Amino acid sequence: MSSFDADHYRVELQVNGEQQTVRVRAAETLLYTLRDHLGLTGCKPGCNNGDCGACTILVDGQPMKSCLMLTVEAWGKQITTIEGLAGSAVQRAFAQNQAFQCGYCTPGFIMNCEGLRHVHPQADEETVRIWLESNICRCTSYEEIHRAVKDVFAINTDLNRNLNTDK
Amino acid sequence: MHAKIAFSPHAHAKIKSIDTSRAWRIPGVKAVITGAYYPVLTGSPLADRPPIAMDKVRYYGEPVALVVAEEEYIAEMAALQIQVDYEVLPVVLSPSEALQTGAPLIHEHLAAYEISEQAYPEPGTNIANRTRIRKGNMEEGWRNSEHIVTVQVRLPQSDHAAMEVRCSIAEILPGGKVNIHSASQSPYVIQKDISRYFHIPLHEVTVHTPLVGGSYGGKSAVQLEYLAYLASLAVGGRAVKLVNSRELDMVSSPVHIGLESTIKLGCTREGKIMAAEILHLFDGGAYSDRGAIMSRAGATDCTGPYRIDNVQCDSLCMYTNHPYSTSFRGFGHPELTFAMERAMDRMADRLNMDPLVLRYMNAIGPGDTTPTQTLLNRSNIGDLRTCITKLKTLIDWNDRPRAEINGHLIKATGICCFWKNSNTPTNAGAGAMIKFNPDGSIHLLCGAVEIGQGTRTALTQILAERFRMDDRKIQIRMDIETDKDPELWKTVASRSTFLVGNAILQAAEDAIMQLKNMASIVLQCPPADLDVGGGRVFRKTRPELGVAIEQIANGYTFPNGNTIGSQVIGRGSYTMRNITLLDPITGRGNTGPEWTVGAQAVEVELNTRDYTYRIVKAATVIDAGRVINPGFARAQVTGGMSMGLSLASREAFRFNPNGAILNRQFRTYKLIRYGEQPEYFVDFVETPHLEAPYGLRGIGEHGLIGMSAALANSLSAAAGVELNQLPLTPEMIWRTMHDSV
Amino acid sequence: MIPFDFEYFHPSTVQMAVDLFQNLQRQGKRPMYYAGGTEIITFARVNSIQPGAVIDLKSIPECNVLAMQKDILVIGACVTLSALSEADPFPLLSAAAQGVADQTSRNKITLGGNISGKIHYREAVLPLLLANSRMVIAGTQGIRVTSIHKVFNQQMRLTSGEFLVQVLIDRDDVSLPFAYFKKREIGHVGYPLVTVAALRKNDEMRTAFSGVCAFPFRSAAIEQVLNDSSLPITARIERATGKLPASLLDNVEGSAAYREFVLKQTMADAVHRLERR
Repeated sequence: MSSFDADHYRVELQVNGEQQTVRVRAAETLLYTLRDHLGLTGCKPGCNNGDCGACTILVDGQPMKSCLMLTVEAWGKQITTIEGLAGSAVQRAFAQNQAFQCGYCTPGFIMNCEGLRHVHPQADEETVRIWLESNICRCTSYEEIHRAVKDVFAINTDLNRNLNTDK
Repeated sequence: MHAKIAFSPHAHAKIKSIDTSRAWRIPGVKAVITGAYYPVLTGSPLADRPPIAMDKVRYYGEPVALVVAEEEYIAEMAALQIQVDYEVLPVVLSPSEALQTGAPLIHEHLAAYEISEQAYPEPGTNIANRTRIRKGNMEEGWRNSEHIVTVQVRLPQSDHAAMEVRCSIAEILPGGKVNIHSASQSPYVIQKDISRYFHIPLHEVTVHTPLVGGSYGGKSAVQLEYLAYLASLAVGGRAVKLVNSRELDMVSSPVHIGLESTIKLGCTREGKIMAAEILHLFDGGAYSDRGAIMSRAGATDCTGPYRIDNVQCDSLCMYTNHPYSTSFRGFGHPELTFAMERAMDRMADRLNMDPLVLRYMNAIGPGDTTPTQTLLNRSNIGDLRTCITKLKTLIDWNDRPRAEINGHLIKATGICCFWKNSNTPTNAGAGAMIKFNPDGSIHLLCGAVEIGQGTRTALTQILAERFRMDDRKIQIRMDIETDKDPELWKTVASRSTFLVGNAILQAAEDAIMQLKNMASIVLQCPPADLDVGGGRVFRKTRPELGVAIEQIANGYTFPNGNTIGSQVIGRGSYTMRNITLLDPITGRGNTGPEWTVGAQAVEVELNTRDYTYRIVKAATVIDAGRVINPGFARAQVTGGMSMGLSLASREAFRFNPNGAILNRQFRTYKLIRYGEQPEYFVDFVETPHLEAPYGLRGIGEHGLIGMSAALANSLSAAAGVELNQLPLTPEMIWRTMHDSV
Repeated sequence: MIPFDFEYFHPSTVQMAVDLFQNLQRQGKRPMYYAGGTEIITFARVNSIQPGAVIDLKSIPECNVLAMQKDILVIGACVTLSALSEADPFPLLSAAAQGVADQTSRNKITLGGNISGKIHYREAVLPLLLANSRMVIAGTQGIRVTSIHKVFNQQMRLTSGEFLVQVLIDRDDVSLPFAYFKKREIGHVGYPLVTVAALRKNDEMRTAFSGVCAFPFRSAAIEQVLNDSSLPITARIERATGKLPASLLDNVEGSAAYREFVLKQTMADAVHRLERR
């Protein structure tokens, strides 16, 4: 990465398989860069504070809240946004199970599930819960998202039986 | 360009002076404006709110200045440099405090505010609106009551917390035309209000609304749009975008109303309710907005879905130094239901009676009258008793003890009933237009905003059903443009499918008439002999004789080239019928076309060691009139239930003693998350509402309404104490247990 | 949206980082060391901090070590909390890491960042306090290794320009019997109401707390009381509660009175769990 002027930096990113060069402030988050410089508005700002998960993307295959990462930190990393998925099994499962209403949180949920599928293809119910707790959905009851996730991970157990046991 | 808000750190203070010079000195800043830039009071029914504070601030988070800059971060940087000299005033932090004589006055000039809908502010007090219900004879009611219970409940203000924050863009074109883009439930109200307050001809204001990222009532208020417009005005009309931070979206933009309520119920030895006396003190916050109307809804449906012949209710919208409130899913009903249903459980306890039986016995129905003395029939009230009966089976109510004890875990179920009518203006309405394309496909134009509730899909289905055609041949956009799409009052109150659906059916009739007229010439028979379906117009008696719609949708061309007719365009509109204002003394009147009724239950497992609990099951049986799309209907109901459980179990603004809000982020303002969902049970009763398309009733809000009450009833049963305050956190239960010993 | 600018550096050696800090400091740039950066970003966006420069430590190899070297578990300060719990070299630390924020955020939050932050809770430090870990600290004087108890007192107490490079834990201490309880206001995600970490070594129980006071702590006085087997548990807990190093925290997560109730119960749970073994 080379410093452009006092406050701006030229950063090379791999986004959805394409090489991109952006000129950013060091203080700029990756979320802002993806949306405002690269037009990838699929990652949604919900809180800009790392609390809601709507801006989740994959960085080198791992789910990351793009509001919690400076663009300058992402130099040389492989970034995947929802626009980089085409007809993934996760997307299909969300669509088929109507696991969305307003759709604002959906890209974040899908990217998180996508990351989980890569990291733990055989994730069990508990792992799924721990991962998906990172995202908030205000419209659905999570029942539909749970059904979608069950399709993706072929989980057969009843969610309720295994939950809340860590109290 | 971008605008950012400088906001008040005080809940109540005089603005002595504002110094904007430091903000101006930051390179890139194009404008800095304060309330003095365009003094105006906005709001409906009461115009009591300046878009930017003037003279004083009335809540923490109130905008005091607006900065416009080329870059968003510069605007934010400059907004932090606005320096305001305040004189702090004493604060009013609850509606009951606000009611006390000698309480600090929040609005000194209440009498001067313009009133645009029915509302009764009381100048010299903090009462923004009072609605009175006087039905029957209270003395007689109490005389015939063997048992009397009184319950006090308290529900704090909380947030809508849509995942998409509020956002607006405004630009003023050189010729004076104004374009507003806004994530809103009320594009047509924005159009009217921008026109009204800034003196722009209505037709020169266009509002664009995209698919909205959740709203739940919170995006029905007009707020950022005024600010974006003023910001644009300040920079010569250039497009200015204003996006809330999450923190400001939670406290500066309007919130969910709070309530303190006292309810006194009397009933006979057998359990028939004879009298209800209710005092609702709604916490409307610093400005009244729709809080004034929500407090009216709290009165008009105050008894819940029960037949009570003697009712006295005073429902007040109180000004406090809290954030101001606007519509929230359920519109006053989750609040009134919590009060009423806690009282019903208390009464059942007193009578030593099954709470489900008590509710069944008093369930309102055809022939009864409501608190506003509307006479009910099957069409307008539906069938609550069948809902209760179905709920009983759905949750195995009779086959289990009220509380099951297993070591320190206690399982218990709480139930409740709800009803809801809409409190729209008496002239709320909608239009619709259907345009036929040459291939027989349709463009459907209407003003219902898609906020995730699936309205636009349901409307498409209604139209497809009427034409008996494949709904994939009907195109509907996901966005609204007020200059193209026929108006809908607002996308609120579970009214869109009713209002727009009726308009669409009328538009369909209009188009069908045109198609039949044209086909009658082609088929050489009277239009009355024809029917439409499957993409054709055909003879009723000999369906094989017909003509494809695509052959006549743009006029019919004979083999010799001669063309008759032209493009088929259907138009329709519908306005609420027979809605009246309320009598100011008795509240007599009609608030809406129909009620949606239902019964709900929540099962919890309470840990009596630490008062944590698990929500095991949640159930709703709702009279939907007619279910249009079963998948969407269930999702609307469970989505509402989830939001209701989140609200009931954890959501509340926490204030410090000066009225500053301490939890303005999702870290500290907690929402229910994946994995906490109970098992959901939903069932429908279908009693058609004769005025509505295919008999449907509104269901978008209703799953939420009774969740607080059912959760409190279940936890009260499990804990053995009266839990009458929200949110029902383990600490709240602990404190109630602790205080009761 | 961070409403100000700062410069960004990502040195690849410890020495470069230390030198950069000195230079930037001299230029009046108020530099901050940056690891996961989650707290810096979230504090900066609300203007609570205004660094003129951040020095990202993630390119320094030593800060990314996660390995058992001879009999010592070495954890680099820039190892993320999710990587820690995934590798699970020290189960008590995994448990603590798993309780912080949420899974996706833990892909960014680092051990060093969590410990060195300003937010009250910093729960990842609790296991390190209990394991008497040692801290590898870089500064102008070079590298120093010191007991955690010398540098962590309510918060990390480093001299200006120093940063945490690694944490060292003896192999013997990583597999001791432990208990870890995190109690929240409600739900599975969020700051603690009370967190109790406990570890048993040589028949002595060690305990450390977060959420109880405005800082995480381990207290010899409390341990002494809790280990006094001549007293019944309830008496020990009552006495231990009297020996808190500061007043109970009272905030939106819970009142002080309720915290005390939860603390006593959670201490009892921890004692039961470890005494049974």
